[in-house]
Amino acid sequence: MNRYTILVYTENFIGILNRITIIFTRRGININALTASESRLDGIHKITIEVTVTPEQIEHLVKQIEKVVDVIKAYYFTDNEVVYQEIALYKIPIESLDPSVEKVIRQFNAHIIAAEKEFVVLEFTGHKEDTQALLEILKPFNLLEFSRSGRVAIAKPKFSVQEYLNNQT
Amino acid sequence: MVRGADIVVKSLIAENAEYIFGYPGGAIMPVYDALYDYSAQIKHVLTRHEQGAIHAAQGYARVSGKVGVVLATSGPGATNLITGLADAQIDSTPLVCITGQVAAHLLGSDAFQETDVVGLSMPGTKWNIQVRSVEDIAPAIAKAFHIAMTGRPGPVLVDITKNAQVEFGEFNYIPCTGIRSYRPFQPINTQSIQAAAELINKAERPYLLFGQGVVLAHAEKELQEFVDKTGIPAACTLLGSGALPETHPNYVGKLGMHGNYAPNLLTNKCDVLIAVGMRFDDRVTGDLKRYAKQAKVIHLELDPSEIDKNVKCAVPVLGDCKKSLAMLTQAVDQKSHLSWLEKFRELEAQEKEAVVANDLHATHGGLHMGEVIRLINQFKEKDAILVTDVGQHQMIAWRYFDFKTTRTQVTSGGLGTMGFALPAALGAQLHDYKKQVICVVGDGGIQMTIQELGTIMQTKAPVKIVLLNNNYLGMVRQWQQLFFDKRYSFTELDNPDFIKIAEAYNFKARKVTEREDLEAAVAEMLVQDGPYFLEVVVEKEDNVFPMIATGCSVEEVRLS
Repeated sequence: MNRYTILVYTENFIGILNRITIIFTRRGININALTASESRLDGIHKITIEVTVTPEQIEHLVKQIEKVVDVIKAYYFTDNEVVYQEIALYKIPIESLDPSVEKVIRQFNAHIIAAEKEFVVLEFTGHKEDTQALLEILKPFNLLEFSRSGRVAIAKPKFSVQEYLNNQT
Repeated sequence: MVRGADIVVKSLIAENAEYIFGYPGGAIMPVYDALYDYSAQIKHVLTRHEQGAIHAAQGYARVSGKVGVVLATSGPGATNLITGLADAQIDSTPLVCITGQVAAHLLGSDAFQETDVVGLSMPGTKWNIQVRSVEDIAPAIAKAFHIAMTGRPGPVLVDITKNAQVEFGEFNYIPCTGIRSYRPFQPINTQSIQAAAELINKAERPYLLFGQGVVLAHAEKELQEFVDKTGIPAACTLLGSGALPETHPNYVGKLGMHGNYAPNLLTNKCDVLIAVGMRFDDRVTGDLKRYAKQAKVIHLELDPSEIDKNVKCAVPVLGDCKKSLAMLTQAVDQKSHLSWLEKFRELEAQEKEAVVANDLHATHGGLHMGEVIRLINQFKEKDAILVTDVGQHQMIAWRYFDFKTTRTQVTSGGLGTMGFALPAALGAQLHDYKKQVICVVGDGGIQMTIQELGTIMQTKAPVKIVLLNNNYLGMVRQWQQLFFDKRYSFTELDNPDFIKIAEAYNFKARKVTEREDLEAAVAEMLVQDGPYFLEVVVEKEDNVFPMIATGCSVEEVRLS
């Protein structure tokens, strides 16, 4: 089993996300994380899916995704082939902010992005392993809430959805 | 300006739809109201259940090569389509299903007969959409027809809210010719044609398997030309039957769990396996770990997701097999493989002796299903269409029916839907009243959609129904006998008087229990102009052989 990032470029069509996720559901495959957003191209959405499967499964999954009528193109990459990040937010009570927490914040290069009367919100971006490491450290400090995004990724190999669309036969 | 409901009907007419199979209800009533004005331009068939409507549309689509059109209401009307959608999806049958939906402002409010049919039908459709305003109706239907029919065909569903049906809009129909995210045809890679040709030219024991893809691509002629030139033995899948005439010297029979002996056994003896328009279904391959491991596989296939899905291939040839077969025929050497072909004939003789002889010409004991099919062959018209349900009778009819031409078999292959045959036969018959349509069905399956006898009565479709009655869910009983220690758990049926039922629906009907009456009865049925119902009481505990048991290899095909 390997960890893969699937990048799916789709039309902005109601239900498209469901059409894609049921491909995983049907095969009993768990999606580690998923993010969806408008892409650089007008009217085209980009869905980023992180999944841990075998090489045969990833081939099969991506072909099934591409088969969806409103999917323009789908690609998959190993972790080495993508630059990726996940953002995490940590809600920490004011009374926990002692020098040891400050030290951790500095070490991780995390940012305080909101300060309220009773808590601060810390933002830290990195790979899951990194955001998880910070989470483990902060847990003993009465961490109030934690939230982590799915991965966003840019592929290292060159490909162009625009070019693909231009080569319409 | 016209009503949305008129736009629905006018769009279907613009797509040259001949028939609509449907059932009215609250949320689709405006469309039914509109239909009242267009009866000269489009025919509507009122079935007795929405499942009947969609199977009838499937039968129509399969024999005509056109899109089958279905109309149903929201809620239960829509959910009753699900089995047919799943069936059409797995058997690549082009359908456009239009469902009514509650008014847009009621969506999500649990309104009367509201159901999320777009969500429910998503895994069972090639594409679906909900239309909530009048201006979106025609473009959605145009797209639906394009998607249903192009590439690998399949069912699509258009759910139209009631407000959109009653709003007024312009009707300006523009057929859909392309969708940027959807590329149904891949250009054929000439290198893969060369690579395939090299393998074929060097092969000593090449073997070709063809499926419904050949029929869907209208590539029957190209297949025959390829086989003629290469001299390669060719076997068909269940849905590929008829794509190559069974009288062709290179035709060696049928694949799969209850196919023929030689085509299964010799799959593991060939050196190059050429698969055309087939998807290596588990009923064809048996245990994949022991399937054609010695062979280099060439896969001619339209759908990229089928490549390497079940069987890894050495050379994939993506694209329309009508084109790729023609290119391949150009690229290969003229050859013959007589001694290899002889191996098939030797095993065929063994199967004839061990199974076929008694199946077709039994002289004692109860009637055998095979005898009925033999007599049908004797009296049927050359291009008669066989429609079957699912189970023992399906396998026996498929094994022994004389398929002379393409598109003469309609059956539920991938999904194995009992209850399919009766409505599908109606749809197949409506496409051409003059064609002989013979519906062979079991006593289990017929009772799943028996109400469609009423639709046959109303349309006067001259369907010939042959009920093979063994008072059992026969295929399940066979498995219970072979693999569950004869524990016949809930497979025996107390059946009604089918003749009385048929007669109540105005069918001319006859029941045969004795061997000496069978021939005359079949002959009588097949000269009728109108519908006919023939019940044949067959041996209660008969089995279908050859058989590849679940989990076994194709080599382990057994004759008894």
